[in-house]
Amino acid sequence: MNRSTRYVLFFTGGALIAVLYVWGVVGMPSFGSHDHPYRDRAVHASVAHATPNVVSSVNFDQRGFDTLGEETIFFASVVGAAALLRPSKEEREQHAANRDNLLQVLASTRLLGYVLLPLTLLVGFDVVAHGHLTPGGGFQGGVVLATGLHVLYVAGRYDALDRLRPVTVFEHGEVTGALAFVGLGFAGLAVSGSFLANVIPFGTFGSFLSAGTIDLFNFAVGIEISCGVVVLLAHFFEQAIVLRGNPQARS
Amino acid sequence: MSYYPYFVAGWLLLAGCFGIVRSRNLVHAVVSLAIAQAGTYVLLLSVGYQRKATAPVFGSTTKPNTNVVDPVVQALTLTDIVVSATVTALLLALAIQISKRHGTVDPDELSALEG
Repeated sequence: MNRSTRYVLFFTGGALIAVLYVWGVVGMPSFGSHDHPYRDRAVHASVAHATPNVVSSVNFDQRGFDTLGEETIFFASVVGAAALLRPSKEEREQHAANRDNLLQVLASTRLLGYVLLPLTLLVGFDVVAHGHLTPGGGFQGGVVLATGLHVLYVAGRYDALDRLRPVTVFEHGEVTGALAFVGLGFAGLAVSGSFLANVIPFGTFGSFLSAGTIDLFNFAVGIEISCGVVVLLAHFFEQAIVLRGNPQARS
Repeated sequence: MSYYPYFVAGWLLLAGCFGIVRSRNLVHAVVSLAIAQAGTYVLLLSVGYQRKATAPVFGSTTKPNTNVVDPVVQALTLTDIVVSATVTALLLALAIQISKRHGTVDPDELSALEG
């Protein structure tokens, strides 16, 4: 299809969608209105389970099965990306000594990186651990943890990151996190008869040891997401830095 | 009656689709897809918004009987963001493979079927 036919097709379809969308929107409740029936029920259920962060309660308590699907999507996509980014036969690994793209980093940048690395990891743990009390949780904290590790790449050399990050360990970590989520689900099934049920005593509203299994789910997801993101980025790094293809293969 | 945020969401969706249609680079197409998906975040969050309501996280300053915005759509947005990030990662990995095999990332030059 050439470019002009494609534009014609897009503008026809886009105009149709726009008309349908506007038609749908004018039938919706006005923006910012007071009527939120799902909100009222979700808040009620969350307070009943002593969970101050209602979003965490929705994710891990009220619709835990959806979150299981969500983290399975994440897991599958990391596996898929790893399969897609396998080094091919024509490619070989380049060793640090003869790599021509070594980074030259300012001493101040390196110092800032070494200061920020433990700080970012600490923030990540905090976001995961307090996911049931304050904004945050396993998904958000996991991403903070994984990016925190990559401060080392910005601060120094890829080799330093590579030594600190044995990819197989993180691959196992990702699997452990995913299995822990499913295991918690089965624990709920064994104790109360329903999958992913919140079976631990809820505790006092607002204290660290409260909200039942939600914090355990946060930890499971935090482990899975942080390890998964590290594995994912490791494969992209490998493509960009370590592998050098045979020029003839690119024709 | 105010619908402005809903229209922003629809505009983002169509702008992202337009970006994919006129794309000359697969990475540009992936970013355009991310913009189209950003429309769904805006739509979800504006559906759950209530004027003068606060975030759905209770604590010493926000008692459980205060008005909060809808946490259900916020949780859906979180799911949406996770899925969007994973799709972006997969598509970028595909773009790398296409660039290796065909030596180009222009979708217009990838017309021939193989195999």
